[in-house]
Amino acid sequence: MSAPVHEPQLHPGITSERSVRPGDRNFRFLTTGAGITVLIVLAAIAAFLIWKSIPALQNNTGSLLTNQQWLPDADPPSWGISVLIFGTLWTSILAMIIAVPIGIGTALFIAFYAPRRLSKGLGFIVDLLAAVPSIIFGLWGLYNFMPYLVPFAEWLSTYLGWIPIFTNNVDLYTKSILIAGVVLALMILPTVSAISREVFLQVPRSHIEASLALGATRWEMIRMSVFPFSRPGMISAAMLGLGRALGETIAVALILSAVFEINWKLTEPGGNSIAANIALKWGEAGDNGRSALIATGLVLFFITLVVNMTARWVVNRRKDFSGAN
Amino acid sequence: MKNMKTLAVTAAVAGLSIVLAACGSSDDSSTSSDSGSSSSAMDVTCVDGSIQAAGSSAQANAITEWVTAYQIACPESTIDYQPVGSGAGVESFVSGQVSFAGTDAAVVEEDMAAAVERCEGNDALNIPMVGGAIAVAYNLEGVDNLVLSPEAIAGIFASEITSWNDPAIAATNSGVSLPDATIAQFHRSDSSGTTANFSAYLATVAPDIWAYDTGKEWTAPGGQGAKGSDQVTASVEQTPNSIGYVELSYVMDAINAKAASVDQGAGPVEPTAQNASNALSAAEIVGEGNDLVLSIDYGTTAEGAYPITLVTYEVGCTGGLAEDQNPELVKAFLDFAASDDGQGMLENIGYVPITGELLDKVRTSVDALQ
Repeated sequence: MSAPVHEPQLHPGITSERSVRPGDRNFRFLTTGAGITVLIVLAAIAAFLIWKSIPALQNNTGSLLTNQQWLPDADPPSWGISVLIFGTLWTSILAMIIAVPIGIGTALFIAFYAPRRLSKGLGFIVDLLAAVPSIIFGLWGLYNFMPYLVPFAEWLSTYLGWIPIFTNNVDLYTKSILIAGVVLALMILPTVSAISREVFLQVPRSHIEASLALGATRWEMIRMSVFPFSRPGMISAAMLGLGRALGETIAVALILSAVFEINWKLTEPGGNSIAANIALKWGEAGDNGRSALIATGLVLFFITLVVNMTARWVVNRRKDFSGAN
Repeated sequence: MKNMKTLAVTAAVAGLSIVLAACGSSDDSSTSSDSGSSSSAMDVTCVDGSIQAAGSSAQANAITEWVTAYQIACPESTIDYQPVGSGAGVESFVSGQVSFAGTDAAVVEEDMAAAVERCEGNDALNIPMVGGAIAVAYNLEGVDNLVLSPEAIAGIFASEITSWNDPAIAATNSGVSLPDATIAQFHRSDSSGTTANFSAYLATVAPDIWAYDTGKEWTAPGGQGAKGSDQVTASVEQTPNSIGYVELSYVMDAINAKAASVDQGAGPVEPTAQNASNALSAAEIVGEGNDLVLSIDYGTTAEGAYPITLVTYEVGCTGGLAEDQNPELVKAFLDFAASDDGQGMLENIGYVPITGELLDKVRTSVDALQ
């Protein structure tokens, strides 16, 4: 409303073509405001994280990147983030390996294979899965799902134990990266699936019909018409899922054994993640401990930022070849 | 539990009579008549007004129980205890924001100097008010009365003993058939005072085996972490051949887990509130005068003394508290907490009451508060 209004608009229906209608102007004002608000919030979060993490970063006597300890409240403080970054990425990557193919498969089934009536119901159910709170996933994973995964983990280490990541030297198979990864996969599955499905439904009917008319099988149609068109959307879906997996807190905190040790072995108890560590340590942490936890939050913030920017970059690079224009 | 209900009812009745008494007098404080009825009415001195307090979350349930009972008896009083953690609680006490603080570790040295300054030069006192015990909970089919030596406990939790039929365990369990199974050991994955106390115990009784940190973080290798005492208990209950350490109340409520007795050389002692109380009564007082800083004898071989205990303190001023921070109410409330009624409430909610001579000293210290 800052721009002067030259003449009162007595007849809102009749306006000269040059003047901007107040509705348009107000709406532009509101949307710009909303956009700026998001940026301000983001900048404020970054500023807060940096400001609060400075004290702990300054008096840390261990190496930030290699120290495998979490004693920020000890005298002298000694802590590092390598274990947390490793655990966060390792669980998330595992979740992606499981969730992305299944999620995209589910979406393809719903969009192209399922009978119409079934596909509506299925889509609804998948969306519903996204609404389950993560604490439920955590408790369910820990008490109901884990007992079923333990025999699988034992099988993996018995028959595939020659692959280093499946080796198990402690004869315990609970609370492992594998279990956390599978539960995380279930949590991000609806995100990946729902977005992919929406993207698949955007594929122009004409492309699909054209390839079918040329004698393509359904799989060939999907490969030649659907995938090229929806690749950016599928990448976005995967990245949103990854974002959720990276930041997932309470389910991971409940399931993982949370040790401060880098351990590649999937089936042994162990693992940790940035978000889970914050949830576990915040309550009893002292001033320096909290500052150190905020520093790890800053790291997660940057990891997420990098992941999102990479995704954007991939999407933009692919757009030219996708035929989506 | 029945006792609790009776107590609550008498508390309510006592509260009602005090309200009626208070209506008649214009005084802002009144004392309940406890001369006639010896056991039915609670010994409460009512002081109107409100106080803020903060500190240890380990004693939060005990304080909540006392606050509820006190406020039923004295409806004109409000006690607001924020369980923000020991460090933050002492900090807000020292900076004058709260009237008293609850803490897991006694306030000493520099912090004590700051506390004395906060009390305007008067002494600040550590008063042990709530005791606790840590039980070693296990889930081992066919074994109902596991007895562990301190060395065995340390070995298990340091992951040096990994099988149930290890000689160190068998030595204290003659006649019990121990399975040849891997021990699934659970510890706290979150920062916890329970971990601090448990590892302090291990470091004292088995220094050769326990070479790890004694802080709130679990630093020993191996085992599995679980979040909070509830999850440790649940994990032990769910996992065959498992063991973990939790506050006594959790294992008392558990169905699938039992608490191991500890044998320090004078025979096995069961973890019960009574046995833990015995150990606390025997603790040495290392503070001066009314400052009751305790040094728990983890290696105790006294009869019926369960050694893995802990104590939490209230920290208050013997003077210098501003009038709007209501020193009278602090005194009246802590007086109630140290009374037989107050301490009697603890066992039912999983804490260990202070008893005997130590309790007399606690009451003397509370009397010294101003």
